[in-house]
Amino acid sequence: MAQIKNRLTPFFENITFDRDDNELILNFGPQHPSAHGQLRLMLHLQQEMIVKAHPDVGYLHRGMEKMAENMIYNEFMPTTDRMDYIASSSNNYGFALAVEKLIGLEVPRRAKVIRMMLLEINRLMSHLFWLATTALDIGAMTVFLFAFREREYLMDIIEGYCGARLTHAAIRIGGVPLDIQDTFIAQLKDFLDKLPANIKDYEDLLDTNRIWLMRMEEVGTIPTEMALSWGCTGPMLRASGVAWDIRKEEPYELYDEVEFNVPWSDKCDNFARYRIYMEEMRESAKILYQTIDMYNECVEKGETELMAHAPKYVSAPKLDIMTQNYSLMQHFVLVTQGMRPPVGEVYVATESPKGELGFFINSQGGPYPYRLKLRAPSFWHTGILTDLLPGHYIPDVVSIIGTTNIVFGEVDR
Amino acid sequence: MRAYTPKDNVQAKSYYTDRYYVAPQVPKSEVETDEVFASDLEAIKAKFEVKEAFIQVEQMIVYINPHDIYGVLELMRDELEYTQLSELSAIDWLAKNNTFEIFYQMLSMKKRKRIRIKYFIENGQAVDSVEKLFRSADWSEREMYDMFGIEANGHPFMKRILMPYDWQGHPLLKTYPLQGDEFASWYEVDKIYGKEAREEIGPEIRDTARVDRYDSERFARLGFEVPKGTEITGEEERNVESYQEEEGVFLIKKLNKETSKVIDDPQR
Repeated sequence: MAQIKNRLTPFFENITFDRDDNELILNFGPQHPSAHGQLRLMLHLQQEMIVKAHPDVGYLHRGMEKMAENMIYNEFMPTTDRMDYIASSSNNYGFALAVEKLIGLEVPRRAKVIRMMLLEINRLMSHLFWLATTALDIGAMTVFLFAFREREYLMDIIEGYCGARLTHAAIRIGGVPLDIQDTFIAQLKDFLDKLPANIKDYEDLLDTNRIWLMRMEEVGTIPTEMALSWGCTGPMLRASGVAWDIRKEEPYELYDEVEFNVPWSDKCDNFARYRIYMEEMRESAKILYQTIDMYNECVEKGETELMAHAPKYVSAPKLDIMTQNYSLMQHFVLVTQGMRPPVGEVYVATESPKGELGFFINSQGGPYPYRLKLRAPSFWHTGILTDLLPGHYIPDVVSIIGTTNIVFGEVDR
Repeated sequence: MRAYTPKDNVQAKSYYTDRYYVAPQVPKSEVETDEVFASDLEAIKAKFEVKEAFIQVEQMIVYINPHDIYGVLELMRDELEYTQLSELSAIDWLAKNNTFEIFYQMLSMKKRKRIRIKYFIENGQAVDSVEKLFRSADWSEREMYDMFGIEANGHPFMKRILMPYDWQGHPLLKTYPLQGDEFASWYEVDKIYGKEAREEIGPEIRDTARVDRYDSERFARLGFEVPKGTEITGEEERNVESYQEEEGVFLIKKLNKETSKVIDDPQR
């Protein structure tokens, strides 16, 4: 095929000067390394100060809600991985829980424990990733290397469990597909024993670091009113003086049986958010220690079931499928046609590492959801930049985007 | 005769449903069964008309009139302590009765309760913006406009948010096909090369599962394989495939050790 001349105009004029006032419009992104993905910010500047910010998203829009309407429920599970790809099991879990609530399924205890382990490992992975990238944005290269090293151990554990490192698809509607591998608990304990010392290392590097404090303290202050109004959740809200954690307030799985604290702060700035991420890692470790005990209890009691028993919605165990005709038939129907949840609506919120991850499902009794709305926390954490950035200076943009912890797979869906 | 496909809903449908299948319902319960919800509903009923209210999966759902929405949310925020608007979007019922169902997902952190406020609007009708009450509605309403074409009165910046500004069509409508419409298939070609290049380039292939057997780059042309990069004329000779079964499968039905002999040469 012959070369066809394109009509894309060269785009090197990143700055416009054709206005009468002193305002300068700076186009930040969408290919900016510290935009954490495909974020385009149009910043109106007076000298170095931002007077107006206009975040532009949608560069990673894949139409997941549309895809969900054209997929059977189990088919959609691997797609949810691609939302918050830093902690993909938490998305899997949010979707699975929403469908389970719609159907009214009760998941076996052993599966619940494994799910909690996966969720907390994902939270640790996400927080370590956040710490690494944010520290790198500010210029702390060492912290980046340290945090990625620790994250690597967790990814190895997950890889041993489900074979994938980033897009896990490790949770099914009705339970979990697999029991944890033999080395899982030993590996996890090994990691958890070292974690406090590791977190202390990060804190030694950052807590009293003059540069870090200057970039973090009193920067990006989100008053409580603003955080509530903008729909902020998770660490963003907890750093703004509201101790709201869905795991604590509306417990799902076995979170009402484990002991953990909800760190919160009324400082409202970047540094408060950083402190909350660090404390949450400690709390996650606490929860993980308890889930290991819970898992051992399940093993002692001989609870081996990993998937709920609901022949209309969930396939029978492999042994039944291979030996019993009726189980095989049901499995065949569930795989080819898909489950048909009852007619109704459900909105289920879970505490993902980034905040409240909600799944709204409207089912009309068919194998495809009639409407599925994904409530991703990062969407509003990006929106708040409109109100948050004015009054700050250009270097603050980087640290503020860093502490909002936005992931564009989730913003654009 | 070609099978009839309804044009008002082009989304995937189950290819088989039992004639006598009656879908079960997610159980609904009376609002009176929950004290907190009951008192909240009383407070709303005192000022606004409530069409229907019930509890489903631990959350109260309240149907109101479309023009009451600002007042109801203001009442909920200021007096009933529902301080957060978690989510706001629409459900497309155009194929059924030409309406959209709009829902507002509210959260009260003090009461640990969630309420879903809902109402129906006709196709083409706009909703009242609640952006002044909850800033989160700013982006939600833009997304709703982008995905369904529902405009919000009083919104400060009613523009598309996820799709490009110059996009045509609203992707989450049931009439919009999954692979995109005619406009979508020419969007990038027109934008990058211009309309005059349409014939030369052809429409964008938006179905990722589509397989073009004459495309030697992306698909091994089964039966018509050519070396990579070769100009394809479409008149290639068929490469004859052969299977070992075609000459008959050699099977030993009954082994007699005395009459059989062992072959030393594995290649025979």
